[in-house]
Amino acid sequence: MTQPFPFSAIVGQTEMKQAVILTAIDPGIGGVLVFGDRGTGKSTAVRALAALLPPITQVASCPINAPTLDECPDWAELGSKKVVKRPTPVIDLPLGATEDRVVGALDIERALTRGEKAFEPGLLARANRGYLYIDEVNLLEDHIVDLLLDVAQSGENVVEREGLSIRHPARFVLVGSGNPEEGELRPQLLDRFGLSVEVTSPKDIDERMEVVRRRDAYERDPEGFLKRWRPRDGKLRRQILKAREALAEVETPDAVLRDCAELCVAIGSDGLRGELTLLRAARAVAAFEGAAHLERAHLRKVAPSALRHRLRRDPLDEAGSSQRIARAMADLFGNFRTAAE
Amino acid sequence: MLDTAQTQANWQRARLALGVLALDPAGVGGLWLRARSGPVRDRFMQEVRRILPDARRIHPNIEDEALLGGLNLTATLSTGRVVTSEGLLSANAPLVLTMAERCPPRLAAHLGATLDQGGPGLLALDEGVDEEAPPEALTERLGLFISLDGLTQGDLLGPEDPLDLDTARDRLPKLTCTAEQVDTLVIMAAKLGIDSLRAPLFALSAARSIAALLGNNSVTSADLGLAAELTFAHRAVFQPESAEEAPAPPDAPNPEPGSEAESDTSHDLPDEILLEAVKASLPPDVLAQLADARRIRARPTGTGAGARHRGNRRGRPVQSRPGRPGSDARVDLIATLRAAAPWQTIRKQSALIERAVHIRKDDIRLRRYETRSDRLLIFTVDASGSAAMARLAEAKGAIEILLGEAYARRDHVALVAFRGEGAELLLSPTRSLVQTKRRLQALPGGGGTPLAAGLKLALETAHTASARGMTPTVVLLTDGRANIALDGTANRGQASSEADEMARLIDAAGVSALVIDTALRPQPALNALSQTLSAPYIALPRADAHRLSDAVRAATDG
Repeated sequence: MTQPFPFSAIVGQTEMKQAVILTAIDPGIGGVLVFGDRGTGKSTAVRALAALLPPITQVASCPINAPTLDECPDWAELGSKKVVKRPTPVIDLPLGATEDRVVGALDIERALTRGEKAFEPGLLARANRGYLYIDEVNLLEDHIVDLLLDVAQSGENVVEREGLSIRHPARFVLVGSGNPEEGELRPQLLDRFGLSVEVTSPKDIDERMEVVRRRDAYERDPEGFLKRWRPRDGKLRRQILKAREALAEVETPDAVLRDCAELCVAIGSDGLRGELTLLRAARAVAAFEGAAHLERAHLRKVAPSALRHRLRRDPLDEAGSSQRIARAMADLFGNFRTAAE
Repeated sequence: MLDTAQTQANWQRARLALGVLALDPAGVGGLWLRARSGPVRDRFMQEVRRILPDARRIHPNIEDEALLGGLNLTATLSTGRVVTSEGLLSANAPLVLTMAERCPPRLAAHLGATLDQGGPGLLALDEGVDEEAPPEALTERLGLFISLDGLTQGDLLGPEDPLDLDTARDRLPKLTCTAEQVDTLVIMAAKLGIDSLRAPLFALSAARSIAALLGNNSVTSADLGLAAELTFAHRAVFQPESAEEAPAPPDAPNPEPGSEAESDTSHDLPDEILLEAVKASLPPDVLAQLADARRIRARPTGTGAGARHRGNRRGRPVQSRPGRPGSDARVDLIATLRAAAPWQTIRKQSALIERAVHIRKDDIRLRRYETRSDRLLIFTVDASGSAAMARLAEAKGAIEILLGEAYARRDHVALVAFRGEGAELLLSPTRSLVQTKRRLQALPGGGGTPLAAGLKLALETAHTASARGMTPTVVLLTDGRANIALDGTANRGQASSEADEMARLIDAAGVSALVIDTALRPQPALNALSQTLSAPYIALPRADAHRLSDAVRAATDG
């Protein structure tokens, strides 16, 4: 298994790349929902980003990837206590995963062989401080999606069953991908994803050729290809790290808060999560661009991603959500940049 | 029908495909073989044994532990130490999946993940009939497709060049495709309407392997053509000739305004000239073969959910039962311990090994849940001239009300329409209500009323759905004036007797139904039909939203 395909070498897919970068800057934005056809590089982008981020320092055998020995949970049987550097974890959630496998359960082998009660961590533990990628999230059983969104929101996995009472940190970015033609997620679940992205395979022939050329070059000579793209990946990594530092300093003028609220009211998004997510995402954009103040332009960049999946609509209604948002923005903010921007 | 030369060529191509899989499994993912069980397939499997001697067989019901490895519970219990078994996937040997059309989504996900990481290659043996096919998540990652349909034993008797894999393996690293060849493949795929970009990548790898196997020093255009046949034929959406007039795919979103403007110096030749060059460079009959292959390939159905066992949704937990642990069933630890507890004293005395808890295989209890099935509503709509004149628009409205109900209850819907000479499945079972509404709105009216054909297709759809673990209900909207028989002739008497026959079959199959009469004046004949179907009968003239939804609920729950 070689290094994943470099992030900067992914052709096109600007909206998806932006969404994934924003979650790297501020994981609190929430998960990313990627709707699109097959073969559009969804899982490639997530893996590539995780490889782009600096490695995390963790205790070697800790099941929750804790950074120091103190933070390792008591229930963990630690093998090696060395502190090592490992790449950001990207865990795949298989389609038939049972709740036990995801959340963790009583360690059956220890119970039956040694008669001891112990906790066997699940996928959520392994995904801590990383990414959890679910393919075909719209086919996953509802109660598991519910559970995942709960944990992703609170950052903590609580297990209360079979005589166990365990809590452990589970901070990860949830990325779900799916083909909307095969089924729709319920609105309550949709709303809890932070950003949503629509990807399609490129229609432009030149773009398609470039994708295939790059992928072919990567497969035939991975070392050379990675070396060529390393500088750009490095630049992106430094930008992300700087943005993380700068995030807390970004000022939010009242005017922009008002814009945010007006936009959400205009498109009729349900609840307040839309505004909160929009705000956080816009701040992350501002931090990424090195701006000291939040501006309307930052809102524009991220509004479709943040709001597309939250529109209250008739389930039988086919009106394109992206157009509604674009129209609302054009009405409120005007088509051209004003002095305020 | 394919003639002898073509079928013999098909067989040679099948052998070549096997060679490609053996040579570069990571590059092509796998081979999707569509063939019914029989002497031709047996002959193919002989070739498989020769070319892929270390291939391992797996079946759709294989447990996760066998595939991925894990705790071997019974061995652990008997020896008192932890015994893990290695999964088949870690053996790095090519896998042969039998009965691939029955592959559950869970297994497809695992295999897909392995293929994505450049695994050892998967040969999927698809024995499906008609529309049955392996899940799309799996077939998307299988680069090569071969159909042995239409081949007879006589076609296999021709001379065969032995495939020299070792020489080919030596030759392979030196073979690359030129930039023009890469571009040609991408353009060809686009012209054939293939959306996924995996296809050209598979074609690239296949072309290089084919060149290696055929002993060429460089990748020729004939190699490209063969590679295209193996990798593009089954994914092609339209004919290359009509590509210029082909409309853009209907669900393409607005072009992203933010996309980088490509410099237009990249291609001086317009695409049509390139396509002509492509066509000229391909062997003359590949286009015809593409058309043939498209006819034989299977169209996967709309949904991936719904495993092939009775009931596909988990409900409340119920009493646990004894059994063997496996990937489908989780051990109910408390119940197991409770079953073993009374025997501890005796077992401790006679035990050879010192242990905290003595558990035997028979103590193991497995968790069970109530099985519930997804419901499927098969809307069977009469779109004939008589209905169109009267009530088609209102029938469509009635269906939309019912779709709203289906949405609330997370039901699947399918759409069958009959008019003119036969019936058509407009929409395979799906949960996507937006699609249903779109297809419904686009439904034209006119022609005769082939009621029997509509009922027949509804029954077939219901059968496929039951096999997938769903509970189907047929919702029939018609004015009942059947006048086209199953063979397409206009014979009112035959038409209505055949419709009766179909209704009896539906009733016998235990499929629940609901009849909605769309005629301006309710017909007694339709009332009789609904009695044969054991179905509630509603006359649309007096129907309103409440009555319709109550009736549907009664029909599906009852």
